[in-house]
Amino acid sequence: MDGERRASQALSSGLPEGGAGGESPGDGGPVPGSSGSSALLQAEVLDLDEDEDDLEVFSKDASLMDMNSFSPMMPTSPLSMINQVKFEDEPDLKDLFITVDEPESHVTTVETFITYRIITKTSRGEFDSSEFEVRRRYQDFLWLKGKLEDAHPTLIIPPLPEKFIVKGMVERFNDDFIETRRKALQKFLNRIADHPTLTFNEDFKVFLTAQTWELSSHKKQGPGLLSRMGQTVRAVAWSMRGVKSRPEEFMEMNNFIEMFSQKINLIDKISQRIYKEEREYFDEMKEYGPVHILWSATEEDLVDTLKSVASCVDKCCKATEKRMSGLSEALLPVVHEYVLYSEILMLTEEIGKLEDKVECANNALKADWERWKQNMQNDIKSAFTDMAEENIHYYEQCLATWESFLTSQTDLPLEEASEDKP
Amino acid sequence: MEQAPPDPERRLQPAPLEPLGHPDAGLEAVVGEEVEAARDEGSGDGTMTENNFWLKKIEISVSEAEKRTGRNAMNMQETYTAYLIETRSVEHIDGQSVLTDSLWRRYSEFELLRNYLLVYYPHVVVPPLPEKRAEFVWHKLSADNMDPDFVERRRIGLENFLLRVASHPILCRDKIFYLFLTQEGNWKETVNETGFQLKADSRLKALNATFRVKNPDKRFTELKHYSDELQSVISHLLRVRARVADRLYGVYKVHGNYGRVFSEWSAIEKEMGDGLQSAGHHMDVYASSIDDILEDEEHYADQLKEYLFYAEALRAVCRKHELMQYDLEMAAQDLASKKQQCEELATGTVRTFSLKGMTTKLFGQETPEQREARIKVLEEQINEGEQQLKSKNLEGREFVKNAWADIERFKEQKNRDLKEALISYAVMQISMCKKGIQVWTNAKECFSKM
Repeated sequence: MDGERRASQALSSGLPEGGAGGESPGDGGPVPGSSGSSALLQAEVLDLDEDEDDLEVFSKDASLMDMNSFSPMMPTSPLSMINQVKFEDEPDLKDLFITVDEPESHVTTVETFITYRIITKTSRGEFDSSEFEVRRRYQDFLWLKGKLEDAHPTLIIPPLPEKFIVKGMVERFNDDFIETRRKALQKFLNRIADHPTLTFNEDFKVFLTAQTWELSSHKKQGPGLLSRMGQTVRAVAWSMRGVKSRPEEFMEMNNFIEMFSQKINLIDKISQRIYKEEREYFDEMKEYGPVHILWSATEEDLVDTLKSVASCVDKCCKATEKRMSGLSEALLPVVHEYVLYSEILMLTEEIGKLEDKVECANNALKADWERWKQNMQNDIKSAFTDMAEENIHYYEQCLATWESFLTSQTDLPLEEASEDKP
Repeated sequence: MEQAPPDPERRLQPAPLEPLGHPDAGLEAVVGEEVEAARDEGSGDGTMTENNFWLKKIEISVSEAEKRTGRNAMNMQETYTAYLIETRSVEHIDGQSVLTDSLWRRYSEFELLRNYLLVYYPHVVVPPLPEKRAEFVWHKLSADNMDPDFVERRRIGLENFLLRVASHPILCRDKIFYLFLTQEGNWKETVNETGFQLKADSRLKALNATFRVKNPDKRFTELKHYSDELQSVISHLLRVRARVADRLYGVYKVHGNYGRVFSEWSAIEKEMGDGLQSAGHHMDVYASSIDDILEDEEHYADQLKEYLFYAEALRAVCRKHELMQYDLEMAAQDLASKKQQCEELATGTVRTFSLKGMTTKLFGQETPEQREARIKVLEEQINEGEQQLKSKNLEGREFVKNAWADIERFKEQKNRDLKEALISYAVMQISMCKKGIQVWTNAKECFSKM
């Protein structure tokens, strides 16, 4: 079982070396050495106890292993997948921290573009230093994504934010757009960092660490031809869902993806709409408080009451603003990322049947799929729980405001309750 | 009414009082003061006990609304709503109420009653009617007069109007008001017979007076200014509120979509299924809760609207004062000019231009007898004028005194009512927040179980 576990890692990161056209795992990556991996396997077997959270699996030592190797001999085991997932939730074992910030506009004679600062902090040995700071533009991210797709055609590569502005804004780079993109890019890189296989991809490392000119020259290397092959393999892997060995699972996956895509798109629309409605509510509320102040100017006896009401309304207004920003921080980006994910997952192409290779590819894919699904559930659950929390907080704040108003008003000696008031 | 004096300028007598429970009272004119004395509630100075008199003895309610069709004045078929007014007298001992009168009235009859009260009690801030047409509506609220929600709110407004009148120390004693509550048939004819429409001040006259009056009482000028501001600020507030309500409605309702999607999604999601399903249910609850919330708020808006319309009633009193004051000024001016004319004739000096003077110049002096005759006429007129001026002055002062007393009463009422309304608004907000907390706490629990 331990052996399986180890092998499953290798599998999930691997690509079919043989039949798919001799593709190499990644430009500049370590040379796959199957002998090396089996040697490591033997060493680790003794240390691992199946019942423990075998976190050691992903310790520094594990990083020495060639994660890009592929051995068709090792079957996958669902248990190992679960363990992988467990590890990812442990923040203290994360050894790669990435932030994306400081968008900057660059103007040349030919074009205008934005670069983002990427800061990487790591304790990993294979990195020359423990901290890196580079600048990247969207094009570079696209390049990285392409390379990852080539190298790992059976894995689910995280989505990038949209290339173009969807809603047709006049200004190409307005602040909201840039901020949304920045957050999404950061998410993208962190997803890769958290992925058990992708995190060790060589191009990823180059992306995070190389200076701009270094990256340019690195980009120029590498066979463009093979990228198409990568896509083919991906397509095949996905298309062979009806493969005779495990038809039900893949049918299930297929159905799930379709439904999920539909639902997540709806949820995305709804969430965006809620944000819009809350924004418009906020805009109107801004006027509501001041009207009461205006009124207080003409009413001698009601000045205090009216001013209090105005202040309550203003406080609720601020609470609304906070609720809105909570929505846009927590819920919207998460949902939208999964919309993009669902687009990736939906692709289907019918290309021949390459049974043996595909069999293994499907295994790798399925493993990654389970991992993805688990992540998705956690993320969605988290996002909605946060949203609920934001709303609770909002209403609690407003409640406190109005309750204190009420106390202040009813403490004062009220004139006799008018019996003649209808 | 029947005792309308020939001089239309004289202050109108309030309509005769009729103690409740005397069906045979008929239309006999009874002077107000006498009947006042018959009550043990004290004089008409607007004390609390007096205000309570009617409400202790009777209960008025507008209990139902009904759609009717009939033929209007132009013999065209029309649909209108009729309202059932029930009057109950409260027995002293056991507090039980007995239905004494019950009749149906339509909105136009309420208008007629109010117009009558405006003419006969110009020094009173007459309570306003609920709006004729729905204004300050937000998009889901119907502006249709026949819409059941509008009709319901109007029913409450009409009841409020009657209770305001019944609790007013002066208005509650009015005969026509009493008949409004008790005499279904023929009431319209009775009101019209008072000839009040003829006595109403013409708009033109009032407008003229507003522009030309020289020395109105400063307090009324301030009051007019205040009522303009009140109207403007409440209108503004109601407009903003309507927009806020609209937006709030949108926020709540969109969440309902989550309910639908979650429910569909839960069918395919094995692990998250239950959590999604129940969370979806809570989203539906949240979305539908806004309807009641906004309905309550509409009542709050109605309370504010009442004072919006009260602003107009205040202005009416100010207008009446200006009219009387202008009248007084004109009468004084007229008297002064007549006196001058008289003097000139007597002394022979002509300082003022007159046609007679001109013709005299052209065609010769008049005879002494003619002059004497003219002086005599003028002296008579001057006498009469002085009398009139005296009484106008008196009237004016009475008016100011009475009007100001009612305005003070109104001010206190307004402060009480508005404060109460604002507090009730806070209560509504609190209730809304509590509901929100509950729904989202439930939803959060479902989400965390996913």
